[in-house]
Amino acid sequence: MDFFEIVTEGLGTLGLNKTRTGLAILGIVIGIGSVITLVSLGQSTQRSVQAQIQSLGANLLTVMPGAVREGNVRGGLGGRTTLTLDDAKAIVDLIPQNLIKNVSPELNGRSQITTAGSNTNTQVIGVTPVYAEVHKIEMAQGNFISQREVETMAKVAVIGPQVATDLFGEGSLAVGKNIRLNNQTLTIVGVTVSKGGTGFMNQDDLVFVPLTTAQKQLFGQDYLSSIAIEAASDKVMVQAEEEIGNLLLTRHKIANPQQADFSIMSQQDIINTATSMTGTFTTLLSGIAAISLLVGGIGIMNIMLVTVTERTREIGLRKALGAKKKDITAQFLIESVILTFTGGILGIILGIAASWIISFIINTGFVISFGAILLAFAVSAGIGILFGWYPARRASNLEPIVALRYE
Amino acid sequence: MNKQPIIETKHLFKIYKSDSLETVALADISFKVDKGEFVAIMGPSGSGKSTLMHILGALDKPTSGEYWLEGKSVEKLTDDELAEIRNQKIGFVFQAYNLLPRTSALKNVMLPMVYAGISKEERFARAEKYLKMVGLADRMWHTSSQLSGGQQQRVAIARALSLNPALILADEPTGNIATCQAEEIMTIFKQLNREGHTIVMITHEPDIAEHAQRVIYIRDGKIVNDPKNNFKPK
Repeated sequence: MDFFEIVTEGLGTLGLNKTRTGLAILGIVIGIGSVITLVSLGQSTQRSVQAQIQSLGANLLTVMPGAVREGNVRGGLGGRTTLTLDDAKAIVDLIPQNLIKNVSPELNGRSQITTAGSNTNTQVIGVTPVYAEVHKIEMAQGNFISQREVETMAKVAVIGPQVATDLFGEGSLAVGKNIRLNNQTLTIVGVTVSKGGTGFMNQDDLVFVPLTTAQKQLFGQDYLSSIAIEAASDKVMVQAEEEIGNLLLTRHKIANPQQADFSIMSQQDIINTATSMTGTFTTLLSGIAAISLLVGGIGIMNIMLVTVTERTREIGLRKALGAKKKDITAQFLIESVILTFTGGILGIILGIAASWIISFIINTGFVISFGAILLAFAVSAGIGILFGWYPARRASNLEPIVALRYE
Repeated sequence: MNKQPIIETKHLFKIYKSDSLETVALADISFKVDKGEFVAIMGPSGSGKSTLMHILGALDKPTSGEYWLEGKSVEKLTDDELAEIRNQKIGFVFQAYNLLPRTSALKNVMLPMVYAGISKEERFARAEKYLKMVGLADRMWHTSSQLSGGQQQRVAIARALSLNPALILADEPTGNIATCQAEEIMTIFKQLNREGHTIVMITHEPDIAEHAQRVIYIRDGKIVNDPKNNFKPK
């Protein structure tokens, strides 16, 4: 019996038992498909979060107020009103030029924004012109907030493309139009280019106003929500962080760094936090995927084992008619291989297609993990071949008459 | 002329052991079958005739004793050599037909030839020939579920004949078949015997056994009557 013959025979036998064959293949398809899809989903989410954080700016250090210990209670980040514009100025003046490049004091708030006919609720950030440079803001229409507008407390605003769409509709010219927020009328002087974020990280759903306007006229507060500092290079990040920390401790008259009323986060910290968050997510998905694989594997195993009685008789008969042990082994191995490979390839196609569709729907990058494909395929194929072959091997070791009478 | 018997057994024992129980299925069976004989083995159920048949067909192994097939000691053969014997030398007809389910008569008949390494064309030609011989030329593509018991048994006979074995063993070939169809089967066996095939058949029906030239009676694992018991164990 040559190889081609065994394959033809195997295909024939599989074709005779369409239900058994179909169910075994289904088990493999679902096992492999779900692993590939879930791992891909986790990885593309992780990658997209990282990319969004990177898009916030390079070599970024962010000073935030708060994080102070009172007794054993650790205050929430940003819960304190300790950062001032003078702090920002001190950083500019006292930290060496070779450590920092730009300092952007910022004041965040949420506000209802209205125009004639429509309104939206969004984040409003009081900024200085440096903000555009630090956070890599580019303009689609008009200009960003200028130094003069900051000095004159001008009633102007720059809006993100999402806000522009929400208020004026897709693709309309927003510059020159007026918006109202907190009982003030602001004139739009620019619209930023889309950064393509989603959810809580949406960089397009923002309104920028001059810092002074935000402090004095919109929110009535002198403090800052954060100071963003662009370090000169990634090599001096740690040193810059240290110097800024010391400077602020001195300025705030705090001797013990443990008692600091501010915290400095480097962009790497944020990426690390986000990565560990999405990493947990990926682990969770991988866990689900592993369970799917297990369930698929048990499905394959069941189908293979359920038919053992029928197949044992078949093996007995084949042996009675002159089949040698190697004929039986070859037949069952080939059958299992055809089963698992058909199921495996279908599963891979399904997994990739599902990953692609999901990445398209939730608007993340399309990432396929070859490791996941390999692992899922290896596990299902392993289970399929093992449980196809092992009972066959046991049966082929029986005396033909024992196998024929197997119940 | 050296008249070597096709079957020769010496002191065959088959004992089944389960926990504390020991069942003696065959107790000291010694007999010979010459080439060209048509032998019927009769006996009540549980007499050990099926066990004997399975050992003769190399489907089972005796607990002790010798079995010589065409002058070759069978118990010394390896598994693969036994497979070859079953394939080439013996055509076995089962009481329960034992056809592959959902498979055509033609494919069933071709199966032993697949393991004998015969080419596809040759297999097809021979299967067709033997199916014609058992009168199933028009049912070659039917699967076993589409055939009557007698027809299925005839497919099984065609399968047993497909490699033209010297010895045909039939374990109650008419046991599951209506009487009129049983006669057809016996006609085929007698014709095969005339053509020179040696046939050993188990039956418990006296009118079926009548077709054979020699009837051996077995009871409690022992031969109780054999008209040709000229064999003297050494």
